Amino acid sequence: MKITRKEFLRITGLSVAGAGAAKLVRAIGVAGPAPPSSVSAKRWGMVIDFQRCRPGDDCDDCIKACRLAHNIPEIPERAHEVKWVWKERYEKVFPFQQSDYTRRAYQGHVLPVLCNQCAQPACVRVCPTAATWKREDGVVMMDWHRCIGCRYCMAACPYGSRSFDWEDPRPYIKHLTADFPTRTKGVVEKCNFCEERLANGRAPACVEACRQKAIVFGDLNDEQSPVRQLLRARFSIQRQPELGTGPSIFYLV
Amino acid sequence: MLMFEKAMVGSRRYWEWIVFLLALIALGGAFYLRQLSYGLAITGLSRDVSWGLYIAQFTFFVGVAASAVMVVLPYYLHDVRQFHSITILGELLAVSSVTMCMLFILVDMGQPMRVLNVLRYPTLHSIMFWDMVSLGGYLLLNAVIAYTMLRSEREEVAPPSWIKVLVLLSIPWAVSIHTVTAFLYSGLPGRTFWLTAILAPRFLASAFASGPSLLILLCLLLRRLTRFDAGQEAIQKLGVIVAYAMSVSIFFVLLEMFTVFYSHIPEDLEHFRYLYVGLDGDRHLAAWMWVSVITGVAALVILLVPRLRKNAVLLPLAAVLVIASLWIEKGMGLIVGGFVPAPFGDVTRYSPTLPEWLIVLGVWAIGALMITVFYKITVSVREAK
Repeated sequence: MKITRKEFLRITGLSVAGAGAAKLVRAIGVAGPAPPSSVSAKRWGMVIDFQRCRPGDDCDDCIKACRLAHNIPEIPERAHEVKWVWKERYEKVFPFQQSDYTRRAYQGHVLPVLCNQCAQPACVRVCPTAATWKREDGVVMMDWHRCIGCRYCMAACPYGSRSFDWEDPRPYIKHLTADFPTRTKGVVEKCNFCEERLANGRAPACVEACRQKAIVFGDLNDEQSPVRQLLRARFSIQRQPELGTGPSIFYLV
Repeated sequence: MLMFEKAMVGSRRYWEWIVFLLALIALGGAFYLRQLSYGLAITGLSRDVSWGLYIAQFTFFVGVAASAVMVVLPYYLHDVRQFHSITILGELLAVSSVTMCMLFILVDMGQPMRVLNVLRYPTLHSIMFWDMVSLGGYLLLNAVIAYTMLRSEREEVAPPSWIKVLVLLSIPWAVSIHTVTAFLYSGLPGRTFWLTAILAPRFLASAFASGPSLLILLCLLLRRLTRFDAGQEAIQKLGVIVAYAMSVSIFFVLLEMFTVFYSHIPEDLEHFRYLYVGLDGDRHLAAWMWVSVITGVAALVILLVPRLRKNAVLLPLAAVLVIASLWIEKGMGLIVGGFVPAPFGDVTRYSPTLPEWLIVLGVWAIGALMITVFYKITVSVREAK
């Protein structure tokens, strides 16, 4: 069989065009986010057991661990506090699930609170620079180099989970941890669900530090995960789920 | 070329005023530099009340800027001839106000040197992005319109026909700036004080009262200080506009109160209680809010009774009362009231600090300087004829 030069060029050209087209079609096909497969897609969540947690007995292991892991400044003025995980009175955490009787029964009880790592985070919706965004595994992240310090996210967060560095936080860091960044003045910060530890396959610092094993961490999308097992076995509540934010933090009553 | 040469000649009194404003700007600037190096801890803001005087002033002046439409619309759409000479004053007031708004946002930022990140990473789902677009567009529209109109006035030629398109565009655009500004607040799930569909119309109503009030005072000042006279009819017409807008503004606030107090949902009630009677023993804003109520009602009485409104002394008094009332309601109560009580129910007191006031004063002085220069140019162009 003899191929003329003209035919050769025609076939080569068509093959190249065909390969290119196939590539283009494939590129368009996968350009969107890959559909979450039930095996790999994670949504990190946390369950806090009200019965086990004993912060009333001056226990603040989780808070100390977080502070150390994330170079959180200890600012004496209440107005300028920076808080990632902290203790709050029971009736303040669940103000809309109270009766006079529960208020009396649980008087003085405190609970750890932190960023809810919402499925529909209002802070992410309002941020004008996408300096805060939600990862595919559900962690709501902060970019401290992009944040312009407008504090719109603080106004948007219904849970009071965000803090602003009203002044340079560095002088207020008691023990400096070298492998986590410090922040500058003029940016917003909050709990990052220990994403730096998750990347290394470790549980968040507060979970590890809790001697009461009151904080359980895991994948909400995995039916066999410890968090899902707890949520199946016991009655749990979230902070203001009626706002449609989809908190990833659950409290066992 | 820009006619700025006309602002470079003036009486001794004119220059004293300019120097005075420059001194205020320098003072505010010095304190701003201090805020820049020390951080926003220099202000009275806190983790709970994270926006305060700066953002409240921004909100108030977006209203003043939007209110230019109250002279532009009657003049261009309804051929209200009396507004012929003051339409440009309204547009120039808008230019100065929008500039002040942008400065108030800038001084509120924790990292102002990163402001361009808003353009580098345009985030379409953020209302703040759209507020920037609408304010920027409005500034540009009014600057181009006012300049073109003034130049054709100086050259004694008819304004170019394309300007009409921009003028017509500026009317809905004015409504948009205050609507989008209201959306900044009214779309936040946890802040029930702002979570109301009536916030945008409420903003517009209060804007159309406070802006024209300011314009009345500026026109009266111009009449006293220069040979320019806006005319009694134009000023009275502005008075009527303020009367309507102030009535609607107060009506809207009462509507909010009805829903909140009659439904009696504690979460919604607490913000109003905090503002008007105090909460948890903190009632430092209540006195201010009642001053706002009393000045507002007094202004309304003067404005609604034609005999009083036509009085040469009472009309400017009403204008001052309207501005005072709405400045407190919108320029303070609306923002602080949204943050108290905080998500955990805490009542955190917010009082602006001296540096904060001086920085605000500096921004006002920049606005006043712009108004002075713009009006000087306008009056000079007209006196030359």
